[in-house]
Amino acid sequence: MKPLSLSRSDAGSYPDDAMSRRLALAELKERWTLLGLTLPGFALVLLVLAVPLAWLGWMSFLDDGGAFTLANYARLLKPVYTSSLLTTFQIAFCVTLACVLLGYPLAYLLSQVPERTGQVLMALVLLPFWTSVLVRTYAWLVLLQRQGIINNTMLDLGLIDQPLSLVNNFFGTTVGMVHVMLPFLVLPLYDKMKNIDPQLMSAAANCGASPAQAFRQVFLRLSLPGLASGVTLVFVLSLGFYLTPALLGGGKVAMWSMKISDTISLFGNWGAASALGVTLLIVTLLMLWGLRRVFGIKGGY
Amino acid sequence: MPGQIAIRDVYKHYGAFTAIDHVSLDVRAGEFLTLLGPSGSGKTTLLNVLAGFIRPESGSIRVDGVEFLTLPPHKRDIGMVFQNYALFPHMSVAENVAYPLRLRKVAGAERDRQVRRALDMVQMGHLGERAIQQLSGGQRQRVALARAMVFEPKIMLMDEPLSALDKNLREHMQVELKRLHDRVGMTTIYVTHDQKEALTLSHRIAVLNKGRLAQLDTPDALYERPVDRFVGGFIGESAFLPVEEQGHQVLFQKRPLRLPGGSVRHPGRAHVLLVRPERLHWQPVAGPEAMNRIDAQVRDVLYQGDSFHVGLALADGSELAARFLRGAATPTAPAPGQAVHLWLHAEDTLLVAESA
Repeated sequence: MKPLSLSRSDAGSYPDDAMSRRLALAELKERWTLLGLTLPGFALVLLVLAVPLAWLGWMSFLDDGGAFTLANYARLLKPVYTSSLLTTFQIAFCVTLACVLLGYPLAYLLSQVPERTGQVLMALVLLPFWTSVLVRTYAWLVLLQRQGIINNTMLDLGLIDQPLSLVNNFFGTTVGMVHVMLPFLVLPLYDKMKNIDPQLMSAAANCGASPAQAFRQVFLRLSLPGLASGVTLVFVLSLGFYLTPALLGGGKVAMWSMKISDTISLFGNWGAASALGVTLLIVTLLMLWGLRRVFGIKGGY
Repeated sequence: MPGQIAIRDVYKHYGAFTAIDHVSLDVRAGEFLTLLGPSGSGKTTLLNVLAGFIRPESGSIRVDGVEFLTLPPHKRDIGMVFQNYALFPHMSVAENVAYPLRLRKVAGAERDRQVRRALDMVQMGHLGERAIQQLSGGQRQRVALARAMVFEPKIMLMDEPLSALDKNLREHMQVELKRLHDRVGMTTIYVTHDQKEALTLSHRIAVLNKGRLAQLDTPDALYERPVDRFVGGFIGESAFLPVEEQGHQVLFQKRPLRLPGGSVRHPGRAHVLLVRPERLHWQPVAGPEAMNRIDAQVRDVLYQGDSFHVGLALADGSELAARFLRGAATPTAPAPGQAVHLWLHAEDTLLVAESA
């Protein structure tokens, strides 16, 4: 039997060629199998997302007759659109802020209570997901309208003389959207908070930190990535949100998404609507990039 | 020298479970005291009471005369090393060590100097800028130690700090801890369930059993003169053999036992004979009249390299172990099944009470 040599032969491969070929083949087969598994999903995303977006971009440069034009983008400089963009950002900002103010303490509570209580509370936080957005939005309408439950209760208690205008305005829109968006902030934040070792707070106290200092300097700092994820999610979702502002805004809150809807349903101008859509997409991507820079997030969410 | 602790009558219970059952003890300034015991003995609870993370139902702890139990944990000025180190992940090594100084408003160059000094003491001076995620277990332990020491506290608490390390590293760190303590000399209270570790490191050991203080003594005294069966069994290897008490005499295998001069018998409690494997002799070296004899049969003989670990049994079924050192005078170990006589000096014949 030929003695096994560990040095390479002139051909540049190890003596036991057949074995290493089989191993290489097995490796290749495994890689292709994995690729094959991911391909259908990838193709679907490509088809459903990339292709329509590309078509949208294409359409935005066409006018009614089908000729190339930049007019669709030019008209976006009109005040009605710039103020709509401003309103959209204002809503998104207010909703995000309200979600942070309400959601951070909520997530903190969820992460600190004993397991059983935490599970019950979490179910309550997730409850909105089990009901349709439409139903929830209409529920707010019932609560907030002039003859709604809140106004009637306050009138009966004598707290006010006239019903307050709680809906069909900026306030009502914000309230409805906060209700929808809150779980999106609470969940990533809760997840991060749950992973903070409680012993770190003890260690901070031992080092000399008062409870407030320990919270600020250790817990808050460590929860920031979760907060960043939540804020990004809520802000970006709010930018493009349609249903709730449409129902609770009373036509007075001119969100960008409603402009798109109006352009199609009222004016039938697909080119213009496409331009609006592409603009929203670009603005959203810019916001994503900007937020990531601000929070210093590396990698995925 | 500061750092004297007077613990009086501390009582802590969780529902029906008593974690600390009216424990009192004094810790001398500069002493290395270990709280030793099995899980559930109350040692970690007592440490946490000292740290301020657990509030007892009653009792008092005075440090240099000042009542501690009314102080919140962040005002107690104690250094603590946690079992899993509890290093802040969002801070570098140097920032972790600097944190207690920052909280005490020590600024700039002075702070850097003290951080540097603390890190040098644990041989981590060159790793100040590292993120803690990049450190090994042993390195993290040192950073935790540096952080606990940096503000020169009067008292240091350690909660099984070496238990997460592998055996070799643990033994190495034990030596380092001892040297560090000899050098710096602050009162240290150390919690462990490892009796060997306790014997190595401590000036005195407080053995805890089910929330009570079983014995507080030097390692030597605990090993040589355990106060009851629990302490005798927890520290070192031991076998317990039944004896008969007849008036003033104590009989073993129907023969009266020769006991050491200071041997104490507790009235109203049963006693057993505590036998340590290394104290048994294979010949009556001081003469058969001056030693106690044990008749036993060899069960098994385990090779240990430098010696044999011989398992034996008495006629009544009680088991014990003896060490057989290989040497020029004793070339062959006994064989299984062989009936042997073992001999014990009077001073090594320990009578201990059954635990309460």
